[in-house]
Amino acid sequence: MLARVVTFAIDGIDPRPVWVEVDIRPGLPTFRVVGLADAAVREARERVRAAILNSDFEFPARRITANLAPADLRKIGPGFDAALAVGLLAASGQCSVDALDRWAVFGELSLTGTVRPCRGVLAVAEGARRAGVAGLVVPRERAGEAALVDGLEVAGVDDLRGIAALLNGGEVPPPPVPAPASPAAAVQDAPDLADVRGHELPLRALEIAAAGGHNLLLEGPPGSGKTMLARRLPALLPSLTRAEALEVTRIYSVAGIGHSGGLAVSRPFRAPHHTVSPAGLVGGGRPPAAGEATFAHHGVLFLDELSEFSRPSLEALRQPIEDGEVVIVRGQQALRFPTRFTLVAATNPCPCGFAGSERACRCGEHELARHRRRLSGPLLDRIDLLVTVARPSAVALADPPTTSSEAVRQRVLAARERQSARLAGTAVHTNAQLDARLLRAHVQLGATARRTLAQAYDRGGLSARGHDRVLRVARTIADLADRDAVELGDVLQALALRTRETNDDAVAA
Amino acid sequence: MTPLAAGTPTRPCRSCLRRSWLIARLSGHIELAWSARRGSAGLLALDDQALIVSLAGDRLAVVAAEYERFDDDATRSRCATSGVTALCSCDARYPVQLHDLPDPPAVLYVRGDLGRFERAIAADRVAMVGARRATEYGLQQARGIGRGLAAAGLTVVSGMALGVDAAAHVGALDARGLTIAVLACGPEQAYPASKRHLHARIVASGAVISELPPGTPVRRWAFPARNRIIAALAQATVVVEAGERSGSLITAGQAADLGREVAAVPGLVTAPLAAGTNALIADGAQLIRGPHDVLELLFGAAALTLLPATPDERVVGLEPDLRALLERVGGGCDTVAALASSGTDVDAVLAGLAQLELRGLVRRGPGGRYTATA
Repeated sequence: MLARVVTFAIDGIDPRPVWVEVDIRPGLPTFRVVGLADAAVREARERVRAAILNSDFEFPARRITANLAPADLRKIGPGFDAALAVGLLAASGQCSVDALDRWAVFGELSLTGTVRPCRGVLAVAEGARRAGVAGLVVPRERAGEAALVDGLEVAGVDDLRGIAALLNGGEVPPPPVPAPASPAAAVQDAPDLADVRGHELPLRALEIAAAGGHNLLLEGPPGSGKTMLARRLPALLPSLTRAEALEVTRIYSVAGIGHSGGLAVSRPFRAPHHTVSPAGLVGGGRPPAAGEATFAHHGVLFLDELSEFSRPSLEALRQPIEDGEVVIVRGQQALRFPTRFTLVAATNPCPCGFAGSERACRCGEHELARHRRRLSGPLLDRIDLLVTVARPSAVALADPPTTSSEAVRQRVLAARERQSARLAGTAVHTNAQLDARLLRAHVQLGATARRTLAQAYDRGGLSARGHDRVLRVARTIADLADRDAVELGDVLQALALRTRETNDDAVAA
Repeated sequence: MTPLAAGTPTRPCRSCLRRSWLIARLSGHIELAWSARRGSAGLLALDDQALIVSLAGDRLAVVAAEYERFDDDATRSRCATSGVTALCSCDARYPVQLHDLPDPPAVLYVRGDLGRFERAIAADRVAMVGARRATEYGLQQARGIGRGLAAAGLTVVSGMALGVDAAAHVGALDARGLTIAVLACGPEQAYPASKRHLHARIVASGAVISELPPGTPVRRWAFPARNRIIAALAQATVVVEAGERSGSLITAGQAADLGREVAAVPGLVTAPLAAGTNALIADGAQLIRGPHDVLELLFGAAALTLLPATPDERVVGLEPDLRALLERVGGGCDTVAALASSGTDVDAVLAGLAQLELRGLVRRGPGGRYTATA
């Protein structure tokens, strides 16, 4: 007899429907699982056998073949246990086959027959709704997470017997309450700009970065407040939309990190250590898993001590920054991980860290040049804003707060609205994503502004890419001022927020 | 760049060209001799035959044959194609100061406009040398003194090396003055390569010179050799930063041997890069606090009138708010935070600084600190 159960595999962070077909026929007692299953899935045979027997069901002493279709999709992890067990029960007549058209099943089994919570339930629930399945059976601890998806009946179960009872027409457990988000706590915990003193320049840069989605490099001596400033960026960004929040929650659910089952409320802030490997940073490994760039999706990726990161790691970041996703190809499959984040990088001005500060720098021009070389290149080309963070003076520390996160956020929101209105109908949403064509369409400079920019370009302090970056930043500065026209002052400010040091080798004007 | 007409066989003359060809040809051998600590100082004073005999070793016959077959027209056309003018020591335009040397270069290869080079030599000349791995203090002093001297109409002579040398050239160029870079390789090459933009700037508004013909690669022995040219060309040599055993001290010693003035910018007694300069001052070198001290050294107290008394016309033409901003930068308010904390808003400060930087009136150094250059 044959039974078919719908479940889901997680491919990167995307759910893919998998049909578990179980066939039982006379023959020597065997239990085979076929269909590109990984080690955890093959081990499922032992768990399924024990769980069935310990739940007082009969394990048929016949020839059992389970097939996971489609056969070309690699199935990873223990989430197929419950579906295999249910298929086996249905094929051996111990539970209803008809109910399997209504319910998809997802969960890991323990040997006692208990259904254990597992990762990626939110992704599976989204997949179930997309596949048009009416209901989804999941471990009870994760039912709240699955209930975040609208228009799907979710049944949280404790054990295999509970699943069988449900499928046999038993009472459906009351619909779970969507897992609670805790916005109040999150907002209170987020550090505020009101605590910041004497950082006028970086504050301005943070506001512009938040408004236009620009990547930002903070350069300053140790202890000047680079990390403190970077941590305040997420609170300046617009709140996550529901779609974004679901996507972020799904990423964390699949990875099984820092995740309570509730919907994400605040934008993620990830600060990987500089010893991170390329795979740890952008994703990879076997089986391929998401990296820090994906965990920072819709949030902020903070790279402290940028010059200490290995070159391969930094090179690997180019694609995620440029395309907003990482594609990892392994064998016949290509996995996509979303990586739309704002990059904030921090670095010391020189190897000893004290160049240009009150303390004497002990580096020569050689070391400085080498330090600068390490920081130059392709990654720096994708950073729109470069600012210096100086240690605030003692006088400034006693000053009243200059601004608050909420005040800045209101300006950022208004600027973002201007951008989305202007960019409606295009594939991009923020000024940071404007390409050369869109820049020409949306940034018209007056004669003086154009001449000034040309002058900066001719002096050699600005590359062709740098020229475009100045235009993007100037566009955001104008948006923050609620203006359609980009004026000379905007271009000048953008210029001041770009170069780090006057270029001596530039040809004099 | 004046390509030499084929019809003028005497200038530069064959024997001078052959002499400089020979030194370039034996460059590797000189390097060996130099490394073996036999010293190269005396070598360049030897005549051609003695040079071949003492250096060529087992290549003696080959080099001697090449020397006999030397094709001066090949060198001339090489000069013409690389935009280099050759001034041989028999030429009236050859800088007379070099004849003070026991071993003057047979030929000076000049990259850049020859008329401008002659004007640069005719003016008063100051050599500025110092550490390659200079500190920000040293770089600022080198730039400031270079700028001040050039603004007073003097020519700044240096070696285009990293650090102090390059900063001195940049200061002179910023003041739109004249500057001469003396290289330890053919003058058409930028050495160090990272200074190729500076090389282009000097070629365009000053002169890059060398005693080695175009195409000669750099060798270690050539650095002290080029230092003697720097020392001889200038009336005074100013050392900005130098460690205890710095090549800049060699230049200073050569200048003293030639009877030129030697001067140094002091540093902290504890700073390693001030050990050499402070020692020079202790030994009687003139102490330099700024361009006016150099002018006083050369021309006496009256010379201070040489420093432009009227402010830069770029400053006079400034809008009032930019001028006020520039004055505050000059007064020590050197960061955006400091400038913005006293009332002016950040936007205006940033825009103003960008404008001043574009006009070359302020420059941004490490730590985002601005310094006024006018």
